[in-house]
Amino acid sequence: MSAGPLLDPAPGPRPQSGLGATLAHARYVVSGNPVTALAFGLLLLLVLCAVLGPALAPYDPLASDTAAALNPPSLAHPFGTDQLGRDILSRVVAAARLDLAIAVFSVALVFAVGGLAGLAAGYFGGWTDRVVGRIADTIMAFPLFVLAMGIVAALGNTVTNIVLATAIINVPLYARLARAEAAVRRNAGFVLAARLTGNSEIRILLTGILPNILPLMMVQMSLTMGYAILNAAGLSFIGLGVRPPTPEWGIMVAEGAGFIVSGEWWIALFPGLALMIAVFCFNLIGDGLRDIVDPQRRT
Amino acid sequence: MLRLVADRLITTVPALVGVIVVCFLLTRVLPGDTAAYFAGPTATPQAIEQIRRELGLDRPLPEQFARYVADLARGDLGQSLTTGQPVAADLRARLPASAELTLFGLVLSLIVAIPLGITAAVRQGSMVDHACRIVATTGVSLPVFFTGLLLVTVFYFLLGWAPAPLGRLDTFASPPPELTGFYLVDSLAAGDLETFRAALAQIALPGITLAIFALAPIARITRAAMLAVLASDFIRTARAAGLSGRTVVITYAFRNAMLPVVTTLGMVFSFLLGANVLVEKVFAWPGVGSYAVEALIASDFAPVQGFVLAMAILYIALNLLIDLTYGVIDPRTASAA
Repeated sequence: MSAGPLLDPAPGPRPQSGLGATLAHARYVVSGNPVTALAFGLLLLLVLCAVLGPALAPYDPLASDTAAALNPPSLAHPFGTDQLGRDILSRVVAAARLDLAIAVFSVALVFAVGGLAGLAAGYFGGWTDRVVGRIADTIMAFPLFVLAMGIVAALGNTVTNIVLATAIINVPLYARLARAEAAVRRNAGFVLAARLTGNSEIRILLTGILPNILPLMMVQMSLTMGYAILNAAGLSFIGLGVRPPTPEWGIMVAEGAGFIVSGEWWIALFPGLALMIAVFCFNLIGDGLRDIVDPQRRT
Repeated sequence: MLRLVADRLITTVPALVGVIVVCFLLTRVLPGDTAAYFAGPTATPQAIEQIRRELGLDRPLPEQFARYVADLARGDLGQSLTTGQPVAADLRARLPASAELTLFGLVLSLIVAIPLGITAAVRQGSMVDHACRIVATTGVSLPVFFTGLLLVTVFYFLLGWAPAPLGRLDTFASPPPELTGFYLVDSLAAGDLETFRAALAQIALPGITLAIFALAPIARITRAAMLAVLASDFIRTARAAGLSGRTVVITYAFRNAMLPVVTTLGMVFSFLLGANVLVEKVFAWPGVGSYAVEALIASDFAPVQGFVLAMAILYIALNLLIDLTYGVIDPRTASAA
């Protein structure tokens, strides 16, 4: 396995520092793989939709206009209108904020909890390792989406609980990854040196080991973002978490599902496409990052 | 072999205990009053109090847990408010529908994914290899409910090839005499080709939806495992000894590449059991997944909890089965255990 930042992924001249260096590195990453460049472009678009949201949308995503209900895509409504005459394009754009927020918060949460737990398990070993391992094994004993359903059903039908459930089902993945990487380094030379000079264990863990496993974690986070979006959309598709009329891709597909048999395909198609593109984008970025961070795992 | 089975059975005990504890905790963390939830929205305070006593919710937690485990041992998962039946009976009645759909989807994806993965590995860099990569990346990005709806739009609404996505059989057709609960098997056993064709037409789209979903991880891991094996010394020796390419790839390489593929099946089952819920909702498939979703919408929690527990136990059993097939594929793992 690679040793993270010890292997310089970008040989050749590198600019000195600051913004220039970041940009040059980004250009290097993108030039190596045009597909990754495309994915970053899509990500930019998604983030733009999420940040500006309603300001970008041509109509109010919640405003209904029954006179214009169930209109197929046209110049006035490029994605058509739904059963209440709401503009689907506006709703798809506005939904980006909620979908991305769910994914970002759940990934941040699982990184903080699962990553740190795994780090401690690998570094300290002993009973810490056993407790973390047992918890991870128990979560893994469930089919993950089914466990997420159970958690949201038990804790209550809210968006916060969707974030929580998505984080919980990903804990084993992060804990195992962090554990393996920390266990390799627990007696590395630099750790022994740090310990000898009187650094506390927590300090070594956070300033010595954590930065070393961050590159692999970043890859994992990107891949999990896609999975988190899928998971949250799946939960809201079966009626958990997000409630109408809130625009969210999963629930919009669910609302449009009933209209497919009568021919109004656009209600479900466009939010579904948005969902697919978002997940595709995060998976491509994850694959691209992995090729850079860890070329041996390239498949 | 019996020793081996017994050893493997023992290793599932911690997982089983963990699952039961988590399911117990999930029944107790319902926000607000658990008894009020189980009593339903229209219950009087007296009824809630009675249910609290019936469920033993007024007792200390360890005692409640003992009671929960005792109920489980008798196969009692509580009552469903919506169907009025015991949850265990409801689940048993609907499980064959879900199992048939899941297995159909899995077999379909294996038939496509394994040859695809092998070809991609043997002809690295060819069109098949690129196709394999595109399939693998697209497959994991497609929301399974969206794939299902797309297939319905194209094959039912636009082309009219598939029947309406409403369950296992047309409402006017009668199910075949029950043998296994799998309509495809039962209708063949009864020699009823017409019912078989009708059941196949109904299961085709949901099955393909699940297959597309499971395709990506299987194709990906088959390709990676084959690449690793094909690069090893014994393959070089076999080739040098003049064995035909077919013998080398199928008999020598694939058997060795099967272990990682079988390991991935564990993960694939985890995905499939979850995806099943969504596919069943899209196709109005009368299985355990749509049962749980209906109960969820009606705030009827006993079926949901029963469903989560049943799926977890099923998943543990499937993983046990996968563990045991290791020994069949690779005798070395059996003797080492």
